[in-house]
Amino acid sequence: MEFQVIWFILWSVLWAVYFMLDGFDFGVGILQKFLGRNREEERAIINTIGPVWDGNEVWLITAGGATFAAFPGTYAMMFSYLYSALLIILFALIFRGVAVEFRSKVESEAWEKGWNVAVFLGSLIPALLFGVAFGNIFRGLPMDAGGYHGTLFTLLNPYGLLTGVFFVLLFIEHGSLWLALKTTGGLNEKAGRFANVVWFALLAVAAVFLVSTKFATNLYANYLGNAALFAVPLFAVLALAGIKVFAVRKDYLKAFYSSCLTILTVTFTGVIGLYPNLIPSNLDPKYSLTIFNSSSSLYTLKIMTVVALLFVPIVMAYQIWIYRIFRHGPTAEEIAKEKGAY
Amino acid sequence: MDVLALSRLQFAVTAAFHFIFVPLTLGLSILVAYMETRYVQTGDEMYLKMTKFWGKLFLINFALGIVTGITMEFQFGMNWAEYSKYVGDIFGAPLAIEATVAFFLESSFIGLWIFGWNRVSRKLHALSIWLVAIATNLSALWILLANGWMQHPVGYVLRNGRAEMVDFTALLTNGYGILKFFHTVFSGYVVAAFFIMGISAYHILKKSNLKIFKTSFRMAAAFGLISSLLVFIVGDFHAAMVARTQPAKFAAMESVWDTRKAAAFNLLVIPDPDNERNTVETLGVPGLLSFLAFHDSSAEIKGLKEFAKENRPPVLPTYASFRAMAGLGILFMLLTLAGYIMAKKDRLDTSPLFLRIMLYALPFPYLAAQLGWIVAEVGRQPWIVYGVLKTSDAVSKAITPSQVWASLIGFTLVYGLLAVVDIYLLTKFAKKGPDDDLSVLVGDSHTVRAAGGATWNSR
Repeated sequence: MEFQVIWFILWSVLWAVYFMLDGFDFGVGILQKFLGRNREEERAIINTIGPVWDGNEVWLITAGGATFAAFPGTYAMMFSYLYSALLIILFALIFRGVAVEFRSKVESEAWEKGWNVAVFLGSLIPALLFGVAFGNIFRGLPMDAGGYHGTLFTLLNPYGLLTGVFFVLLFIEHGSLWLALKTTGGLNEKAGRFANVVWFALLAVAAVFLVSTKFATNLYANYLGNAALFAVPLFAVLALAGIKVFAVRKDYLKAFYSSCLTILTVTFTGVIGLYPNLIPSNLDPKYSLTIFNSSSSLYTLKIMTVVALLFVPIVMAYQIWIYRIFRHGPTAEEIAKEKGAY
Repeated sequence: MDVLALSRLQFAVTAAFHFIFVPLTLGLSILVAYMETRYVQTGDEMYLKMTKFWGKLFLINFALGIVTGITMEFQFGMNWAEYSKYVGDIFGAPLAIEATVAFFLESSFIGLWIFGWNRVSRKLHALSIWLVAIATNLSALWILLANGWMQHPVGYVLRNGRAEMVDFTALLTNGYGILKFFHTVFSGYVVAAFFIMGISAYHILKKSNLKIFKTSFRMAAAFGLISSLLVFIVGDFHAAMVARTQPAKFAAMESVWDTRKAAAFNLLVIPDPDNERNTVETLGVPGLLSFLAFHDSSAEIKGLKEFAKENRPPVLPTYASFRAMAGLGILFMLLTLAGYIMAKKDRLDTSPLFLRIMLYALPFPYLAAQLGWIVAEVGRQPWIVYGVLKTSDAVSKAITPSQVWASLIGFTLVYGLLAVVDIYLLTKFAKKGPDDDLSVLVGDSHTVRAAGGATWNSR
């Protein structure tokens, strides 16, 4: 297999895992606004992601770094073309991170409320804008020999916004299943019920997304060329159905795993359709950024492959180990006593 | 201002702000890990209180280091797209490796450390902060190897219209990057040492928690003394490396205009860049500059006039920052030596004047670190990659001045707000001192849970 293809796969894995992991952090950050009735509940909700959110966010840094190292041409264009959108994501992520860390550092309701708003917006905005960004990448950007012919508002087209809403709902579903697993005292049941209801909205938007992808993008071309690839979106549909099957039975662990699979396979569905593009041009395919015309040299790709194949499994191993240590969410007693808690 | 000037200003602002938090993290992580290790070894609760107290300040600082770091990675693509395209083949690798090898480790185990007090054994808990400390320093290694490459590019060829990596080992063993790494991390240890000594001095002055803060002070003074010696020694080698690899930067650091052999080191120099000379140049030691640069007192030092005007860095900021940094470096050695002796003889609480000096000395290592970066980055101009790519050719073509104005204003406001919050929280918790209620410090069932998690099995 060509090293460009290996890196295309690794690139998609990094993004998919990022969405799977930070996805529930975003969901939890959004839901904290709706499910927490009082300060204790808000605190319990946010502390479920306390031990892990930071490690989750690094998948984004690594996805960005991998884009830089393996496909510098795409990294340069993607980040400068999407300047304003990325800037907003960046500010949102900064506020989310700081808010989680600082919200309980001062004994004041106003202080906490203020940071809770930051957690909410710092979760909702990236969730939405990552969707908008990927929707636009699926659609292609208006670029040619003269560079990029668009602004921030070019990105806010119906298909981009639809993908944004799709992402937000995926993450809300994901986050509510996480909360059903990790909280106690009635909060878990409320989160479970919420997941069961939101699922219908998610299903509806997913259906609209699949259909409009046919009209707004060129993603299906690869699938029509090789029908076996349809297994991936089919798997996504099954995983989406699986969420409901398990959530109805209150088997939230399996429902959460289904939700993980849904996010992974949805990402792969889009990315398979992109191949071999990383960012298609919707003006003239000649100017699309592909894994071949924007990649690093073979030498660099080989070194990076060794690094990735050696270290990414190690990262996964210790992250899984840490998740297991925290498989039961923080107890009320721990949150009350532990001054380091959020 | 155009996109270039704005982007440079923005990078300077965001990098300088990021580097307020990084040096403290580098050093404090090690000291907190050491404190917790002492707790595990001795079972002495004083060390636990110390760990918790300094750990809390560490975490407040750590959070800002993380969030401001993401900005740096994004900016290469956002504002410096031409740079990223041109050197991404070789520069992207250390950044990606940093995230994979170091940043993951740091960010995963910090979560375990914050929330794991009751969930893992004491030893494993102490191990997790050691992993954070190691990962933080490893992170610095990769970032500084990347920066070292910008300063002294190695292991590449110009091919296919860009710089392509041909020798990864050369990147890893780049003497410039390695010296820079040690110089930077040791300076971070000095920041952490003065941070602990300063806050400890405050509490010793107030006679609060004397035992904890005297112990902290002594620990930090020893660490600071060793580190400030090392930062100076490495700095000497680093300067010699600069003289060999970046002669224009070295000439600017010393404000040397004319090439000369056996150059004197002048203690007092007032540069006059407009007339390409120094107005004042006195108190010289003959041959010393040549000796510092090449470890040979008769060696030739290239003057700025050897370089075309457009290839010279701005002299005044480079020269002044270097002088101030080196002067502060000497001061840090003296202060840590005094601190170590005072602490050793247990004379701290009888020397309020010295304690006050140490309290007000707290910000100076931060300043020295910033000055060091000014020397490194301003002194490299007009190059973004020394001798290979000019800064003016590196900026993104797809962005407009209004976009960068918006982001620059945004960063200034957001970072300004964060700075206020950070200083407020650090001051609040530093003044408050350690928690006395030990039941708050350690969960009641440390051993039970480590043995099998009885509490949860019942749920």
